[in-house]
Amino acid sequence: MIQTFAFYLFAVLVIASAVMVIMSRNPVHSVLWLILAFFNAAGLMVLVGAEFIAMLLVIVYVGAVAVLFLFVVMMLDIDFAELRAGFIKNFPLGIAIAAVLLAELVLGIGAYRVGAIELGTPDGESAPLLDRSNIESIGALLYRDYIFLFEAAGIILLVAMIGAIVLTHRKGPKDARGQQDIGKQNRRRPEEATVMKQPGIGTGVEL
Amino acid sequence: MTEFFQSLGMNYEFAWFTATIAGILLIALPVMLAVAMVIYVDRKVWAAINLRRGPNVVGPFGLLQSFADALKVMLQETIIPSAANKGIFILAPIVTFTVALAAWAVVPFDAGVVLADINVGLLYILAISSLSVYGVVMAGWASNSKYPFFSAMRAAAQMISYEVSIGFILVCVVLFAGTFNLSGIVNAQAEFGLGVVNAFVVHPLIFPIWVMFFISCLAETQRVPFDLTEAESELVAGYQTEYSSMAFAMFWLGEYANILLMCILNALLFWGGWLPPIDWEPLYYVPGIVWLLLKTFMFFFFFSWVMATVPRYRYDQLMRLGWKVFLPLSLFFIVVISGYLMATGHFGGAA
Repeated sequence: MIQTFAFYLFAVLVIASAVMVIMSRNPVHSVLWLILAFFNAAGLMVLVGAEFIAMLLVIVYVGAVAVLFLFVVMMLDIDFAELRAGFIKNFPLGIAIAAVLLAELVLGIGAYRVGAIELGTPDGESAPLLDRSNIESIGALLYRDYIFLFEAAGIILLVAMIGAIVLTHRKGPKDARGQQDIGKQNRRRPEEATVMKQPGIGTGVEL
Repeated sequence: MTEFFQSLGMNYEFAWFTATIAGILLIALPVMLAVAMVIYVDRKVWAAINLRRGPNVVGPFGLLQSFADALKVMLQETIIPSAANKGIFILAPIVTFTVALAAWAVVPFDAGVVLADINVGLLYILAISSLSVYGVVMAGWASNSKYPFFSAMRAAAQMISYEVSIGFILVCVVLFAGTFNLSGIVNAQAEFGLGVVNAFVVHPLIFPIWVMFFISCLAETQRVPFDLTEAESELVAGYQTEYSSMAFAMFWLGEYANILLMCILNALLFWGGWLPPIDWEPLYYVPGIVWLLLKTFMFFFFFSWVMATVPRYRYDQLMRLGWKVFLPLSLFFIVVISGYLMATGHFGGAA
């Protein structure tokens, strides 16, 4: 009873907040609704027993990706009138994409109901692989059965990271702002940064 | 506890529900009381280090100072700036406070004394602590004011940076313990050091990890020397500038609940949790929760001590420490510790 209740609670909240992501006028509100949607999706995953994936969803998407979204969206200066002006122009494109998505959904569900492709039995029996906890099963799969694919994925990500660094890294002139020498800053003593002056009365100080 | 309520004649589901609610109250109310008391301790410690007296008027030795402050705050008017984004402005302190309390669900206070004994407990804590940035960011944005906004951006960058290195540090602990369950991690520390010391931290490879974890905890909870989000000399009061009354108090409570959580995590992950420091029979007669709270209190004293002695970092120094020092160091330690554990046959002699 509690599980059914929790499922419908999370499911309704995911759908409602996903609708609010596209419906809300303010982009920051959209991002916050998106975070709620992620969070409830994590709740659904806990419900089906995938607690590791659920925690990763919260840590990676809610904890890092959505913060960066929010960071960018917060600093945008948004002209709402201009946003709505583009609505008519992009309307046909939006309808086309929506039609494609709908067709895919209908096709997918239709194919599933016909049952033509045997993709395994989704009856929940196969979920606790190897009769161990989530983390151990995923670890065994990733690092034993699919180690080469996993390593390949790692190398692709590494290449992407190096690419991003190469594209954005610029070596400025040595004394430019932002090129700090931390060691030099730490070595600095009061004697070289300050001077003691004993000004006479009415004469002032020349620096 | 569910069995107890079932023995009163409830069916299983209702008994489970009642037991969970009772458990939440049993944890949340003492945590709130503890927050009130550690704020007093904090102020007393700073006062002692500054050669002042600290709060000493309300109640014996000023013990009731926090309650007097709470009463004062509750009687104030709640002011919502007219240009603020009202919904989010009100939501922000609620998020901070809720998230700060939610993390306590998986904290074990003694062997088996835990509300939710889940096997991804450590990941849960990491997930919840990554949520705590939202309270600050929402408050800063919704206030529609310069300084809170600066503070929110600083908070977002700072907390993401230090979460990365905290994640790697926790991986090192998990490598030693072999589990993400917090009770399991504490149990793995029994007789860890030379068969007598019940703590991970005595290991020469873990001690530097713990030092990094402690400093990252200071940054994660925005304590001095990393309290750039509320740097009063630059940002008035940071993200709390526009808040008054209970909303302000909830930020305050949430902040200290987070600090207490980080202290208790230090104790659980590195210093043996509820186990006595030395594996000696008479020490086990002291209840486990006393050891845990003593260790937590010790770390809280460290937090206050740092606050009273260390000046604030510059923002670029903070970022440098997070990304250029802690991140490579913690990655390096993951490699070294995994190698060491493989070489010593920690993983069942598979090496």
